[in-house]
Amino acid sequence: MRSTSGLGWHLIRGWALLVYVFMFLPVAVVVLLSFNDSQFGSFPMTGLSFRWFVELWENEAILRAFETSIVLCLLTSIISTTLGVLASLALVRYRVPGANAISTLLIAPILVPEVVLAVALLLFLNFLGIHKSFALLLFGHVIFTLPFVILVVQARLVSIRREIEEAAMSLGANPVQTFFQITLPLMLPAVLAGALFAFTISFDDITGTLFWKPGGVETIPTQIFAMLRNSISPEINALGTVMIVMTVGLPLLGVAVARRLAQRSGG
Amino acid sequence: MSVEAREARQPWILLSPALTAVGLLLFVPLIFIVVYSFWLRTASGADQVGFFLDNWQEALTDRFYRDILISTLRIAAITTLVCALMGYPAAYFIARSRGNKAILLLMLMLPFWISYIIRTMSWINILGVSGALNTFLMWTGLVSEPIQMLYNEPTVILGLVHFLLPFMILNVYVSLDGIDMTLEEAATSLGANRWEAFLQVTLPLSLPGLAAGGLLCFVLGAGTYITPLVLGGPSDAMFANLVFEAIITQLNWPLGSALSLMLLAVLGLLVAIYNRYLGMAQLMKGLG
Repeated sequence: MRSTSGLGWHLIRGWALLVYVFMFLPVAVVVLLSFNDSQFGSFPMTGLSFRWFVELWENEAILRAFETSIVLCLLTSIISTTLGVLASLALVRYRVPGANAISTLLIAPILVPEVVLAVALLLFLNFLGIHKSFALLLFGHVIFTLPFVILVVQARLVSIRREIEEAAMSLGANPVQTFFQITLPLMLPAVLAGALFAFTISFDDITGTLFWKPGGVETIPTQIFAMLRNSISPEINALGTVMIVMTVGLPLLGVAVARRLAQRSGG
Repeated sequence: MSVEAREARQPWILLSPALTAVGLLLFVPLIFIVVYSFWLRTASGADQVGFFLDNWQEALTDRFYRDILISTLRIAAITTLVCALMGYPAAYFIARSRGNKAILLLMLMLPFWISYIIRTMSWINILGVSGALNTFLMWTGLVSEPIQMLYNEPTVILGLVHFLLPFMILNVYVSLDGIDMTLEEAATSLGANRWEAFLQVTLPLSLPGLAAGGLLCFVLGAGTYITPLVLGGPSDAMFANLVFEAIITQLNWPLGSALSLMLLAVLGLLVAIYNRYLGMAQLMKGLG
């Protein structure tokens, strides 16, 4: 009897299907309701309309939050990826004494509950004179995303063969030329994957952000959170739809670009 | 400087920015809040530097904090159990499926990428007074008035399960995928039936993945304060909500430090036990 037949397998498949429905249904309802013509962000559907997306576009507070989010995530992504790539190179490419301990240290920010990280950082930087500000947000997002970048980049770096670099060197390239002409292009998919990961995690963060953000400054998630205080408005559903498209679309785009790059570099 | 010495220094130059960041933005701040937890907030609103045990006494002996800590651990435990029960068969299906595993996994990762706050609030659209379920029940005539299904402990657990399930499935999947399928076939050919083969071969071999997923679900679940704020009622506060209250609302930073450290100690103990018996490598496999 093959492993994918029989009653047991059918039950498992049915169960898995239900799990997928459980994961997707609420999200699908958000998207559906964002096109609802009704005044209220709820059922019944009274007709299809794009009006909530138009209102979203005209909502100053949301546009400002969007701008803050994008600037914050871009900066976080750049800094985190730079730090993460350098550290990953050291861990993968060199024999570092105590490499395991160092790895654990570097991923410690995700082993500590985010609330505790948020409190510690807020209190310490405040003590140093850095009060709730964009800078504090940036520090927080960098330290929180760094472990993810290191995990992702390290996993991909392992697969780049050292012999290719050695060949370049033996053919007369100096270390700097080798890095920029051989290593960096080979690493690019890993670097992009890390940057994308950092961006997405930073874009989605709310737990730490609520501790670090100064009054009056909102990112998209904290803006949604603030809007939820009243009631669920159709605008929230529309904003949710935009975020779903962004957070799902970006990684998919990233995967596609990485594939493209990998193919071109003769993978 | 000799070539060897320069070679030996290079990795440290590459590591130093990241290590400095983790040191200054995580470890020093953690040590700092240990010190801060012994300071005292005075009536004037200023924090008095010194060595006071008041915050620790309050945090450790007040029944209010203890009760919420226990209910937080209970909520995290139930969430983890539900994630395991829902996630294991789903991970097994993906690992043993003859279809396109990459697509099945990607489908699972999609909700993982979707914003946590959106996924949490999406349940209001389903369970709210004018949500999908109530609309459906009214339409069928089963109820005449909408039922308030939200803002209680079960909905907090529901939100957490929805948030954490992908972590569980991914970890179990990684571990199941690494098991040689011929082992199970060998067991059946030696006379075990499918169920026995699963119980005695596959399940034990996949336990590390289950444990890694469980740890992640528990620790992430126990550290959340957003889900109870969105989907819970006034009495469904979790321990992280107390930290948020103390730090952001009451501005009692010394007490907030003590409460944060309590949460860190409880969850850190779990991570340490896990690390002692299973090691961090399994966890990294699932995250990477």
